[in-house]
Amino acid sequence: MNWQVVTPLIIFLVLIFIIGFWASKQMNSSNSFLQEYFLGGRELGGFILAMTMMATYGSASSFIGGPGVAYTQGLGWVLLAMSQVVTGYFVLMVLGKKFAIMARRYQAVTLIDFLKERYKSKWVVWLSAFSIIIFLFSAMAAQWVGGARLIESLTGLSYISALFIFAISVMVYVVIGGFRAVALTDAVQGAIMFIGTLILLIAVIIAGGGIPKIISDLAAENPNLITPYGFDGGLTPLYVSSFWILVGVGVVGLPQVTVRAMSYKNSKAMHRAIIIGTIVVGFIMLGMHLIGVFARPILPGIEVGDTVMPLIALKVLPPWLAGVVLAAPMAAIMSTVDSLLLLVSSAVVKDVYINYIRPNASEGTIKKMSFSVTTVLGILVFLMAISPPDLLIWLNLFSFGGLEAAFIWPVVLGLYWQKGNKFGAITSMLIGTGSYIIIHLYCPNPFGMHTVTLPIVLSFIAFIAVSLITGKKDTNQVSLLS
Amino acid sequence: MDINKQRKDPRFKIAVKEAWIGIGLVLFNFAWWFGFAYGPLGSGSVESYHFIFGLPAWFFYSCVAGFIVMSVLVVLAVKLFFKEVSFDDEAEGEAEPK
Repeated sequence: MNWQVVTPLIIFLVLIFIIGFWASKQMNSSNSFLQEYFLGGRELGGFILAMTMMATYGSASSFIGGPGVAYTQGLGWVLLAMSQVVTGYFVLMVLGKKFAIMARRYQAVTLIDFLKERYKSKWVVWLSAFSIIIFLFSAMAAQWVGGARLIESLTGLSYISALFIFAISVMVYVVIGGFRAVALTDAVQGAIMFIGTLILLIAVIIAGGGIPKIISDLAAENPNLITPYGFDGGLTPLYVSSFWILVGVGVVGLPQVTVRAMSYKNSKAMHRAIIIGTIVVGFIMLGMHLIGVFARPILPGIEVGDTVMPLIALKVLPPWLAGVVLAAPMAAIMSTVDSLLLLVSSAVVKDVYINYIRPNASEGTIKKMSFSVTTVLGILVFLMAISPPDLLIWLNLFSFGGLEAAFIWPVVLGLYWQKGNKFGAITSMLIGTGSYIIIHLYCPNPFGMHTVTLPIVLSFIAFIAVSLITGKKDTNQVSLLS
Repeated sequence: MDINKQRKDPRFKIAVKEAWIGIGLVLFNFAWWFGFAYGPLGSGSVESYHFIFGLPAWFFYSCVAGFIVMSVLVVLAVKLFFKEVSFDDEAEGEAEPK
């Protein structure tokens, strides 16, 4: 074990622990427990909001997977990754003030609360709770595997021990501190991600002999690496552009991101978060993926993409600084996982248990339920991650695009289009997720676009068409009743 | 009724305007990004590339300058067009049926 590398990581974990404990002490007892535990009492300021949105969204793929692909593909993949800059401003601008106001009016604590009040339909609630629990649970397990693998590769511990360390670190602060702990640790983790990117980018440029030298080395090896088309010319403009939907505007539909858009204190916090978020997301995406490309001339011949980032950090930095930089992917994984854990827990406790099983549960019961459900979920994920079942890996494939296709229109059109109704929402969710799974399995990337494109279009058409067709009948019924 | 009420609430007018600003920014962002990457700068042969700060010009304009331009535009949009509103419904008091 390389203690110089491991020490900064241990310090990082301890720091996260302390913040988690501190946050749990901050719970405001004057608010309802649910609001506090699952939404931090709607008190997030601009900086924390920007960081928690960025950190929740930026996962293992931004720090491990993405740079690995950029290493193979060249600048074309950095171009693709830059479509994510929009997430910094688009989500908050589009959901924006209307979502904040409506969420408060409905007293919504979860995304599903919002949908429940907006559509007044049991089916909408069941469908969304079901898809959140299934998809995000598998996404979470996949991230845990990634987190454990990272610890394993850095420390030389066995996979099980690594997984155990990872699970304990995340679970303790999520269980005791709830959303506030998640958001605060996300802010620290986000800052580490930012600083890690900055240090490594500078170090890689110096190690490579400056940007002009690196670029000419790349061009000498394969000129395609410095074109927008990928190393074999396979990245077509249409394909790359379709990622604007998957990792750009479609992110509006991801529940773990959406729930953050109802957690902020006031308009000022939202305004600041838009500015900070855009700059931080843009810098990290540009920096991390450039690091992947620039690593190529310095460290040629890496076979496994996922190892590019750890290997290059260890190559170009002194060990202790590599430890600091490698805390960044660790932070990215933890900050995604903590949010998912809390979100799945809120879906079980708030959306299923309180909504339908025991609507008049006492504050004390809710409290006990929230702690224990979060703990049980954490333990379940841990057990799953020991040897992930095939079903889980399979479900994880759909979690990102599937959830986007399910939620984007019921949320966005539900907010801005009066005529949208529950029939439209249900059809749109079913068609969105269903078509995503079918297209992914039987005809991936149709017409040269990413799989997510068509389901988003189909669920849009379904939402509008069904809402309009059933709309007339619906108003008739209302007028008959009144 | 809910619909009439929502029309009247001046905060929603602000919210809708800001959502459209968001969409406008994305469209501009996409056009800038796409135009510099796949336009004449990027689609030519590698021998004809010119370089800015060592980076191919298409990449510099599309990704580096594009990011800076978007950051500036986002700051301007927020500072110039975004209005502060209260998120609570106090003003309307008990009128809310829900």
